[in-house]
Amino acid sequence: MSAEKKHVDEPTGVETTGHVWDGIRELNNPLPRWWLWILYATIVWSVIYMVLYPAIPLLKQATPGLLGYSTREVLEKDLTRVAESRTELDSRIASMSLDEIADDPTLLDYAQRSGASSFKLVCVQCHGSGATGSQELGYPNLNDDAWLWGGTREQIFTTISHGVRNDTDPAAHTSIMPAFGAMGLLNRRQINDVTDYVLSLSGADHDAEAATAGKATYEAQCAVCHGATGEGNQDVGAPRLNDALWLYGGSHAAIVAQVTEPRLGVMPAWQDYFDDATRKKLALYVYSLGGGQ
Amino acid sequence: MSGSTMKAQSPSVATPVPGQPVNPTGVRQYDVEAVNRGKKPKLYKGREPIYPRRVEGRFRTLKWWIMAVTLTIYYVTPWIRWDRGPYAPDQAVLVDLANRRFFFFVIEIWPQEFFYVAGLLIMAGIGLFLVTSAVGRAWCGYACPQTVWTDLFIWVERLVIGDRNARIKLDNSPWTARKARLKASVHGIWILIAIATGGAWIFYFADAPTLAAQFLRGEAAPTAYITVAVLTFTTYSLGGLMREQVCTYMCPWPRIQAAMMDEHSLTVTYNDWRGEPRSRHQKRLQREGTATGDCIDCNACVAVCPAGIDIRDGQQLQCITCALCIDACDDVMTKIGKPRGLISYTTLSDYAANTARAATEGLAVARAKQVLPGWREVMRPRVFLYFGLWSLIGIGMLVAVIARDRLDLSVAHDRNPRYVQLSDGSIRNGYTVKIMNMEPTPRTFDFGLVGLPGGLMWSPEIVDEPARRFAVEVPPDQVREFRVFVKAHPDDLEAIPDPFAFRTFEMGGGRDSSQTDAVFEAPQ
Repeated sequence: MSAEKKHVDEPTGVETTGHVWDGIRELNNPLPRWWLWILYATIVWSVIYMVLYPAIPLLKQATPGLLGYSTREVLEKDLTRVAESRTELDSRIASMSLDEIADDPTLLDYAQRSGASSFKLVCVQCHGSGATGSQELGYPNLNDDAWLWGGTREQIFTTISHGVRNDTDPAAHTSIMPAFGAMGLLNRRQINDVTDYVLSLSGADHDAEAATAGKATYEAQCAVCHGATGEGNQDVGAPRLNDALWLYGGSHAAIVAQVTEPRLGVMPAWQDYFDDATRKKLALYVYSLGGGQ
Repeated sequence: MSGSTMKAQSPSVATPVPGQPVNPTGVRQYDVEAVNRGKKPKLYKGREPIYPRRVEGRFRTLKWWIMAVTLTIYYVTPWIRWDRGPYAPDQAVLVDLANRRFFFFVIEIWPQEFFYVAGLLIMAGIGLFLVTSAVGRAWCGYACPQTVWTDLFIWVERLVIGDRNARIKLDNSPWTARKARLKASVHGIWILIAIATGGAWIFYFADAPTLAAQFLRGEAAPTAYITVAVLTFTTYSLGGLMREQVCTYMCPWPRIQAAMMDEHSLTVTYNDWRGEPRSRHQKRLQREGTATGDCIDCNACVAVCPAGIDIRDGQQLQCITCALCIDACDDVMTKIGKPRGLISYTTLSDYAANTARAATEGLAVARAKQVLPGWREVMRPRVFLYFGLWSLIGIGMLVAVIARDRLDLSVAHDRNPRYVQLSDGSIRNGYTVKIMNMEPTPRTFDFGLVGLPGGLMWSPEIVDEPARRFAVEVPPDQVREFRVFVKAHPDDLEAIPDPFAFRTFEMGGGRDSSQTDAVFEAPQ
């Protein structure tokens, strides 16, 4: 025992602990007993908790606890519950037509959100996260009002299901534009003139003389698919030429390149990967981007 | 002076009850120790029971009134009805957590308006400062729920068992059927009060009549039962068992208040300059020519104290300034024919002045001129400063609440794509628009473009036909979110990006309108 005399605070008559801050001494008052009980209660609680729940970390994993609680299981249950809640909605979507779904605001909202999620999974690789496509790479923009194979809900659904120019699905959209230059069907002069004529269809800058010269070539070679006035033909995926949008670029050089040796876009048949409901949801999402017809 | 002549002179002196100790002065002598007076230290200390004696007087009456008013407010408020029409709840005060709305009579608060609640909390904080600087620890002594419920629980004890002596006697007696019955009654009533306390709380969070019926049928949400159980436990244990322990050990407020007190703050004070030297044998000592103070050491102040202290030991942490000792002492002073105010609300500076006067001019003068608290103690710069600040926030919030819009428009431009080129050469931008109708009636808003000449817009959910404006119906008390496409020809744009605005106003004579800036993006 210390021989040091205990300091007693005069006004209260209470011993001090010996701790001094700026001349202020700490009184050594007794703790209230209920405080002690609360301490015991927390100790008891911690023991019960350790027995019931995963607690002590061992080499591979913590002690499992009697209740067998695991956050991984909770997550799995949550995911199952979400999947189950979707089953009912998806079966309704599968059994309804696209236009019927569009008339049901709740179902449409779900379909568009779910479709957006599938879009981010498999479509963004070519069409981009904003569905804007890429002119340099030749992927169509899905936001605008120009559609190669049609912009109604059904047409979009068909394109998604069967794809374009693939050899896995016999029902895929297929068409071909001849390589007028590469195959020698048109000479350079003809290609140049027809390009000016095509530019004139949409009122873009062009050489009027060359355009006049190219008109005959256009009517002979191009109008069968692209139409007499360049209005295009969605049955064969022939793009409109009399509008402001160009899949592969609208400059003179870009059009010459396309006529000389055309690029032909391809797209997988998603019915091999996605069920009916998912493709419907995708179609409804793409339709909602602003260009749906 | 014999006892009989004294009785004739001062009829207010109580007739001694046989078997009760009597102070030599003639009033009753209480055999009591201040249980919380400093003693030799132990490591842990159990709570020593306190048996506050019944007292009557000005402050006790005030406390009864405050208890009645505060308890009435607490229990009755959720049951007040308030007609808001068919689309909103008709409960005057309702915290609707599920729908994230707070209703307070005419005011409805949405989550983004929660700063009003924060403002109220700031006002409550400054209000406590205000009250503390004006009248000391009045919150603790009169209005704190801990004080009010403890008071109520002591009242129950007194009703069932009896006053201080009866309670002490019962506690010290061996267990009998009577003791068990009385104790069971007290604790039973406490638990009933505690259940009612927890029960009232949940009614603030749901339609009270519906919830009450559900609760009794056992159909209410588990949260309701858990909340009632927790509040029942806390009310019973804090009001019935812990009492002054809460104020002394748990509550931070006494410490904060202590920091706010100064020499001009009112606090319950024993005027020792007048009371000391205290003596139970005043008459004998006076006969002998020994000076005595006014305190006859009857311990009435200690017997009534719910905090278990002796106010004559000076200002103490445990004192909640409930002023019951003032009532008790005033009663005694009246009985022995001395002026009231031996224990009184006094500021430290007044106390010092009185002490100085007693030393220089003598006790008689000092007692005659004793300064008792008045408006002077309350009206001081600090109080005005706090009051000014408090009022400023209050008025500011009131103005804000009256002037606030019950309509809000927010617009988010599509991030990707920023713009889309259309086949006719024009440019289209996409926006997500939210119109908040914060009134409990369905309203139709005109939604239109400001600026952007030649611009047209449409919304797939509302109108397909491009136009400069269209009508949007928004359900009562809801946010309507919809997509808007705006298209304009690059030749018509004044700048890239072109700033413009969306504007919406209530159709049919409503005053609400809202405008939000936006930009129209286009290729450079």
